[in-house]
Amino acid sequence: MTELRIEGLSKRFGTYLALDDVSITIPNGKFVCLLGPSGCGKTTLLRLIAGLETPSEGRILVGGTDLSAVPSHKRGMGMVFQSLALFPHLDVAENIAYPLAIRGTDRATRQATAARLLDLVKLPGMGGRRIHQLSGGQRQRVAIARGLAIDPKVFLLDEPLSALDAGLREHMQIELRQIQQSLGVTTVVVTHDQKEALTMADLVIVMKDGKVQQAGTPMEIYHAPANAFVADFIGNTNLMPCRWDGQAIEVLGHRLAPAEGDRIAAAPGLAQLSVRPEHVEIAAPGTGFAAEITFIRDLGESVHFVTRCGAQVITAQVAPGARPPFGVGDAVSLSFRPGKRVVLA
Amino acid sequence: MTHLAEPETAVPRWIALWPALMLGLFFLVPFGIMLSVSVAHRVEGGFFEPGFEWASYIRFLTPFFGRVLAVSLGISLAAAAICVVLAFPFTVFLASMSRSVQTRVLVVLLSVLSLSEVIIGFSLSTLLSQTAGIGNLFAAIGLIDAPRAYTPSLFALLTGLCYLGFPFAVLVLYAPVSRLDPEIVEAARVMGASAARAFFGVVVPLQRGALTGAFILVFVFTLGSYLLPQLLGRPGHWTLSVHITDQAIYQANLPFAAAMSVFLMLVALALVGLASLAGRDRGAA
Amino acid sequence: MTRGLKLAYICVLLALLLAPLIVVTGVSLNGAQSLRFPPQDLSLKWYGALFHDREWLVPLMNSLIIASCAAALAVAIAAPLALYAWERGGLVARLLTGLGLAPFALPPVISALGFMIFWMTVGGYGQIWATIVSHGVFLVTLPLVTISLGLKATDRALIEAARVMGADRMTVLRTVIGPLLLPYVVSGYAFAFVLSLNEYIIAYMVAGFTVETLPIKIFNALRYGYTPILGVVSVIFAALAALVFGLIGRFGNLPRLMGAERVRDE
Repeated sequence: MTELRIEGLSKRFGTYLALDDVSITIPNGKFVCLLGPSGCGKTTLLRLIAGLETPSEGRILVGGTDLSAVPSHKRGMGMVFQSLALFPHLDVAENIAYPLAIRGTDRATRQATAARLLDLVKLPGMGGRRIHQLSGGQRQRVAIARGLAIDPKVFLLDEPLSALDAGLREHMQIELRQIQQSLGVTTVVVTHDQKEALTMADLVIVMKDGKVQQAGTPMEIYHAPANAFVADFIGNTNLMPCRWDGQAIEVLGHRLAPAEGDRIAAAPGLAQLSVRPEHVEIAAPGTGFAAEITFIRDLGESVHFVTRCGAQVITAQVAPGARPPFGVGDAVSLSFRPGKRVVLA
Repeated sequence: MTHLAEPETAVPRWIALWPALMLGLFFLVPFGIMLSVSVAHRVEGGFFEPGFEWASYIRFLTPFFGRVLAVSLGISLAAAAICVVLAFPFTVFLASMSRSVQTRVLVVLLSVLSLSEVIIGFSLSTLLSQTAGIGNLFAAIGLIDAPRAYTPSLFALLTGLCYLGFPFAVLVLYAPVSRLDPEIVEAARVMGASAARAFFGVVVPLQRGALTGAFILVFVFTLGSYLLPQLLGRPGHWTLSVHITDQAIYQANLPFAAAMSVFLMLVALALVGLASLAGRDRGAA
Repeated sequence: MTRGLKLAYICVLLALLLAPLIVVTGVSLNGAQSLRFPPQDLSLKWYGALFHDREWLVPLMNSLIIASCAAALAVAIAAPLALYAWERGGLVARLLTGLGLAPFALPPVISALGFMIFWMTVGGYGQIWATIVSHGVFLVTLPLVTISLGLKATDRALIEAARVMGADRMTVLRTVIGPLLLPYVVSGYAFAFVLSLNEYIIAYMVAGFTVETLPIKIFNALRYGYTPILGVVSVIFAALAALVFGLIGRFGNLPRLMGAERVRDE
């Protein structure tokens, strides 16, 4: 049972508060993504878990044991670094078996473990290669295998896929998730890529300015963002200043009555309305929000109409098959699909 | 508040004790003793006795010392200037070569640079000698009537100092020059600058700090030359280094030698400081 | 300017640098006891003479002993200093680094006189170990520079990775930092070795009258006239230096060691 619990964890670098009173519980065997923009404290949190930084306050418990006073090299964790940190002076198998070698494991076991892990990451028979002979994706796999060599209590990964190009990255996301599921190891991944988080995670923890903004499943985070920051950071959204008076949403000169499925997550008063582009409907001028098309982005899989409604920019997304016959400069009418509107503080 | 484990650093703090001890004992202490000797009282015919007097420093004001200083500085300045002028294009061209060419040239430069002054002096005096040198070559092609020796002379000494300083100048210039973005020169060429114009209008101004720094460092380097003035020059060309050794060993005047040493060190330190300032200036520009 | 012209300029200057060495090589092949170039009645007899003549063998041994010990001492001082400066930074590290660089940046006569007076004061003047210690301290700069360059090129994440995987401080030093720095340590040792071998003035002022090194022997011999054996010694020195630096160039990255950051590979 290796539940990971973070209790009231803070980290100060001089006067800078990198992590501000964070408490999270990560159940055994779950895949967690720490997601946020750079400087949000996600890497600091990971390094605190690994013991590479000392907390200013708070505790880290793994399986109920407080690790605060345990040095990094006795925590029994596996970690993949952003730079991968593969040892250039060792070959692939020696890299993977390094944590075993320094524990005095015998040669045969080391070789067997390296071979088993190389099979797991789909690099069978590559144990004798030098690191500089490997491609970026292969290095990635070796780093993952090395992190798993001692059956770690917790597997930590710091932006592990950021160096890969887009196609390979998506492929590795799926593979990493499959490896994690086959082993059932509690895993924490730091990423700034929301797609990556939504692809892999059981649990996404969105962070900003050293604080947890929201923790939840990918679908909760996407469909029920806790605040405007989360709504904007996860996927694209249109954020518009609005006023919620308890009965209706006043936005851009219109009053919208909440419909079934709309979420009101703000107290009456000034708030923000979040509507995802795919929930903005675009039509010929009519009763909706009067807007003008300023740009059309055709991505093949979808078409984005960027419009201006007064000073507010609103993006509408439609499927290519349903593309309305509008061009740049045309006047249009926009509406927000009822049941898909979210009012946020 | 529970005690939190401080992440261990890769090396313990006490590791610095050993180098600090060695450098302190064998560099700072000797320097301190030298300072104290420089103000000690000289005993004629013996060594010195402890004391505090400026007598050795006051000797700097004599015409003898003035002449030594002028000769020392003048010869080194000339050599440093020649070295840097020759070495700068050399380094720029070298940096544009492939790695294997660069490595080979660096091997030659390092080998020459590491050669003992006594070997450089011997080689050059052989090259400039009557029996084995270029005099033979000149005579053979009819340039002069009979082989002659070109050493000892000021020309021979300057040649020697340049021989000593040139590899050093290239190696000092090598790091900043090789960091120069080749695209800057290419940009100048694309915008219509000729090769020469790109060199003098872009490369030289960009490297002004490095050039100044290299000039000063080569100057200090040649200032330290001790054997070449004796092997290739005439007694009138002796540098401060030679006089310091001469005073210390043959005249047995340690206080005066120490005082000259202290003086030379102050000059060198000031110049090296200037050189590093010039180098930094390049980074800021 | 075309590549050919650039190469020509480089070659002309290299030729000028090599000219004296070529003449000296020729001179060393003279059969008779005279310095003639081109050499007359070619013979290798002076090469044999060097290795049979006690007068030259003793300085040769002295030089080799001093150079190998002094270079080891220089590395032993420089390695912990470089590690400390890399790990900590700060004023102490900067001061110590400056102290390590200073002897080499100053005209060597200053250090030489300092060492001479020091050994006269504390005893040891004229002893071979005094020369070894003096050379060791004087040459700290070279391994300090190469090892610091090696550390600068080392990704700190490698050390963190080793720690997370269970390595304590000593294990990290033994299994990660040590192997990664080895090439830089070796080249630092080689630089210091070659320079100690060629160093004259410190060896002369510390123990020149009792412990003759090869450069001192050459200089003393020069006063009594030039013989081909001097050419032999010069050739051996130049060849040794070329061998050492050639090996570093072959197995290490010499342009990088000299401070280049980008070099076009072929």
